[in-house]
Amino acid sequence: MAAKGILIQGLKKRYGSGDTAVDALKAVDMHVAPGEVVGLIGPSGSGKSTLLKCLGAVIEPTAGKIILDNDIIYDDGWKVKDLRALRRDRIGFVFQAPYLIPFLDVTDNVALLPMLAGMSNLEARKRAIELFEALDVKHRAKAMPSQLSGGEQQRVAIARGLVNQPPVILADEPTAPLDSERALTVIRILNDMAKRFETAIIVVTHDEKIIPTFKRIYHIRDGATYEEKGQGRGFE
Amino acid sequence: MISLAGRDILYSWGKFVFTGMGLGLLIGITLSMAGIYRGMVEDAKALLDNSGADLWVVQKDTLGPYAEPSSLYDDIWREIRSMPEVEQAANITYLTMQIGKQDGDVRAMVTGLTPGEPGTPGWPPYLIAGRQITRSHYEAVADIASGFKLGDRIQIRRSRYTIVGLTRRMVSSNGDPMVFIPLKDAQEAQFLKDNDAIWKQRRRTAQNPAFNRPVVPDLLDAIIASQSVNPYVNAVLVRVETGHSPEEVAESIRRWKRLTVYTRGQMEEILVGKLIATSARQIFMFLVILAIVSSAIVAFIIYTLTLGKIREIAVLKLIGTKNRTIVGLIMQQSIALGLIGFVVGKISATLLMAPLFPKYVLLQPLDSIIGFIAVVMICALSSIIAIRAALRVDPAEAIGG
Ligand SMILES: Nc1ncnc2c1ncn2[C@@H]1O[C@H](COP(=O)(O)OP(=O)(O)O)[C@@H](O)[C@H]1O
Ligand SMILES: [Mg+2]
Repeated sequence: MAAKGILIQGLKKRYGSGDTAVDALKAVDMHVAPGEVVGLIGPSGSGKSTLLKCLGAVIEPTAGKIILDNDIIYDDGWKVKDLRALRRDRIGFVFQAPYLIPFLDVTDNVALLPMLAGMSNLEARKRAIELFEALDVKHRAKAMPSQLSGGEQQRVAIARGLVNQPPVILADEPTAPLDSERALTVIRILNDMAKRFETAIIVVTHDEKIIPTFKRIYHIRDGATYEEKGQGRGFE
Repeated sequence: MISLAGRDILYSWGKFVFTGMGLGLLIGITLSMAGIYRGMVEDAKALLDNSGADLWVVQKDTLGPYAEPSSLYDDIWREIRSMPEVEQAANITYLTMQIGKQDGDVRAMVTGLTPGEPGTPGWPPYLIAGRQITRSHYEAVADIASGFKLGDRIQIRRSRYTIVGLTRRMVSSNGDPMVFIPLKDAQEAQFLKDNDAIWKQRRRTAQNPAFNRPVVPDLLDAIIASQSVNPYVNAVLVRVETGHSPEEVAESIRRWKRLTVYTRGQMEEILVGKLIATSARQIFMFLVILAIVSSAIVAFIIYTLTLGKIREIAVLKLIGTKNRTIVGLIMQQSIALGLIGFVVGKISATLLMAPLFPKYVLLQPLDSIIGFIAVVMICALSSIIAIRAALRVDPAEAIGG
């Protein structure tokens, strides 16, 4: 089976074993195409974080299949050897808080990822600056993270998620600390970037302000997903 | 790739500089301690070198004259002098005591010198001011460290002496400055009793019927006269004729004169191995304690700094940073702290502590190199706790719970 973007089939995750076992994910089926931004919505304890950790390759699922850009990375077991390189090169992360590295300036916070992948400092910084242009934070390129506003920090964090041009970005409540105007700006940026870089973006949220913007939404409850057509028409 | 450790240090330089300075003072004390030990060894060697002797002849079965009391009759030197292999032999006395001056007193090792030419064993080999002793009484040459100046009048027991010359780096193995006076004066100073004691002794002697005999009228006076001179010295310093081995000469003095004789090497062995051994052990204990305290400080600071970065470390791991890079980040910071500390320590030891210490502090480059390596190793080891904490951080922590 081949699929662009990210395809998840019958994903299961059980924590622990025996009497104390918790089935956090029971039946997760999702598909996000390149350039698409989908919402993942569910009450507390429904398994959202567990799913992100599985997709982010920091915990191992129990069963199922994950296909990333036509490449089977999980099929009842990891199919790639170097999970660290997988996270670095093929998965972008955007967190609830920006979590920028406080001792690196804005440019190097973003350029660090391509550098970790072996790109020269000069080229990595050039690539970061290009993204800053698209994200409208170029004028802050030399600043330290602590000198940025919350919205600016989150845009830098998005740039970090994008910089290695991963096929998928996992965004964990990226608008939680922002007011509604800034939250909508962040979602618009994610939509723009998804199109520009052909990236599949999954946004975990329960932020009422942004739910109406999604064209497609996955609901998750008790570890099982079902799809719903959203009301959003995106940002064309 | 950029240096994460370097960037973090630049970012929180205040913490590093202030911790580094505190650590630096500890390292400075450590270097000074080592310097004090080196200074003691150096002082001991200077004491031996400056005496200009090849052999020290002392009382049988003692470790004299520096490490144990030793007394010899003051005419033995003649017999030794008459041996063909001996170039020069000279009596010497040592007495560590307080010397009175107008303002307070000074602890010094009073050394009694055989009259003779400069170059006689025991004489200070060079002066930095004034002249050597030329009269047989009441002149003194003092080490500059005593604080005496040319022309100063000093009090040793009941006699006053004039400082006629100053010398340098002539100290006892305790670091006390030496004051040279004529042998006769020194013997008297070592022996001298107060007037009451002399008077009492005369009376006891006079009361002894064996000494006070009317048939031999001069006997009592002769005995009293013999009681009030000191025929002893602490050692005989011997210089061997060139071409003869000191060890052979020592052996023949031991055999023929039944005295204990030490060569230069044996004497150094006694001074360094026995006399200053306790101080050396004390200093070594201090070094160990300082090393432990320093590593505790480094470990604590680096651990605290690392705990403050747990979130960043989780993010770094999540986005694919290798463990090696994170270990490097922490260890490099720890070593950087050590480097700051070492530089501060070296500077403070050289400019601040060494000149202020009352003892001679000899800062040897080799000790600095050893200290530097120890600091780097201690810092690397101290970062282990922090490194373990960082390696335990789960990248999943960066994703909300
Ligand atoms: N490390 C874990 N060990 C055991 N159970 C866990 C662990 N993490 C999460 N769970 C359980 O898995 C279920 C889903 O949790 P989570 O993925 O955090 O949901 P959400 O992020 O939607 O709140 C919950 O019942 C939670 O108690
Ligand atoms: Mg959660």
